Amino acid sequence: MAQTDYTRHAKYWLLYDFYLGFRLGLKYMLKPKATINYPHEKGPLSPRFRGEHALRRYASGEERCIACKLCEAVCPAQAITIDAEPREDGSRRTTRYDIDMTKCIYCGFCQEACPVDAIVEGPNFEFSTETREELYYDKAKLLDNGDRWEAEIARNLEMDAPYR
Amino acid sequence: MADFFFNTTLGVILLIVGQILLVVVPLLVALAFLMYADRKIWASVQLRRGPNVVGVYGLLQSFADFGKYIVKEIVVPAGADRAVFFLAPMISLVMALVAWAVIPFNDGWVLSNINVAILYVFAVSSLEVYGVIMGGWASNSKYPFLGSLRSAAQMISYEVSLGLIIIGIILSTGSMNFSNIVYAQDGNFGLLNWYWLPHFPMLILFFISSLAETNRPPFDLPEAESELVAGYQVEYSSTPFLLFMIGELVAVVLMCALISLMFFGGWLSPIPGLPDGIFWMIAKMGLVFFCFSMVKAITPRYRYDQLMRLGWKVFLPFSLAWVVFVAFAAKFEWFWGVYARWGMGG
Repeated sequence: MAQTDYTRHAKYWLLYDFYLGFRLGLKYMLKPKATINYPHEKGPLSPRFRGEHALRRYASGEERCIACKLCEAVCPAQAITIDAEPREDGSRRTTRYDIDMTKCIYCGFCQEACPVDAIVEGPNFEFSTETREELYYDKAKLLDNGDRWEAEIARNLEMDAPYR
Repeated sequence: MADFFFNTTLGVILLIVGQILLVVVPLLVALAFLMYADRKIWASVQLRRGPNVVGVYGLLQSFADFGKYIVKEIVVPAGADRAVFFLAPMISLVMALVAWAVIPFNDGWVLSNINVAILYVFAVSSLEVYGVIMGGWASNSKYPFLGSLRSAAQMISYEVSLGLIIIGIILSTGSMNFSNIVYAQDGNFGLLNWYWLPHFPMLILFFISSLAETNRPPFDLPEAESELVAGYQVEYSSTPFLLFMIGELVAVVLMCALISLMFFGGWLSPIPGLPDGIFWMIAKMGLVFFCFSMVKAITPRYRYDQLMRLGWKVFLPFSLAWVVFVAFAAKFEWFWGVYARWGMGG
């Protein structure tokens, strides 16, 4: 004859598990929330966070990019397109620097490859658009991003520098 | 003026319509906030915030949802039986609302003080299953059909034990009138006089059965988002869907009212000395609704065979045995006559 597990039966009939669940539920109900109030509050970001791309400038206002095309070469999604020509003063600069943000996989290889820290992925992750075309970034847009986010980008690079 | 309302046909009709609106409108407004409360409680237990954007603390969320449902497009599946398809949500809502006609909110505050009130409520709420079956069947689609089949079996199974549980209450009271059931629970000891104490196991059974009857978690198999998408509601959109939702929630609140009336003394005050009143009725319903929400938050869904086993092999024999026990206890006045209250009420 099979053994009867009386404890188990007692627990079943007295709804013991439901009692425990209810108590746990009440306890959790009074706990602070795990979620944040997103548009108003934001979670912490690592200095290494790879968000929206930006092209940086030197303090003098001269753009950093020297059109070496390493980023274009390394880009696994082939999202970057660069054309370059010598400028009037003889320095080599890009005439076109496009990133197709719909192709980009945010791997960060471009900023790793860049010898002059020109292309970086900034801390901005809120750049959704209503049309696809708006996500085809050109040089002007990227430089503009660089100007806008320079403070944060520079701080993040500095914080991350000891680990590189 | 009094003559117009009590003696002319038009006056009487207007009076009745006015009374109906007096019950239905506060009920539906309360429903909006109960929906909100339900979501908030559910969210809190899961450490989420819940709706908090529309209005102060998200209080107007339900009204925003209401507006959204109304302005959306009504999609009718190609092979659907249009008449039945649209009839189903209406039945679901109307049957849930009609049952409120006999629910007393306070001493004498009842639309229709009929003597078979409790039978009426169960007759009407049994018809609710037709809304679900018709909805699933008329959609001409697999998942809704499966959902409605499940729902039909489930609601009928648990109605059996609900019915047996109320027989115990009726035996104790000697009346099927809700007011009399409440009067029978009146006494000198406040909340200790109520039926929850002598009928305690039935309170639990009734609560669980009403979860199953109203398709609430852990018995929400007809909807079962994970397997059946949303069961019988899959093909519904816009206002018909809204009607289903409201009907379902009205049924839940109705169950809260029934539990309050049958086990917690309706409008009676829990502490002797404090005045009775509608406040107590609402507070009790709120408390029961809180339990409904908590159960939704803490329980996983039952498997279908577990659900059927619980209904037929546990609840049915248990409540049947309880009916026999109450019958004897009432007849021979065991336990100082706590099971025989017909001298007090009915």
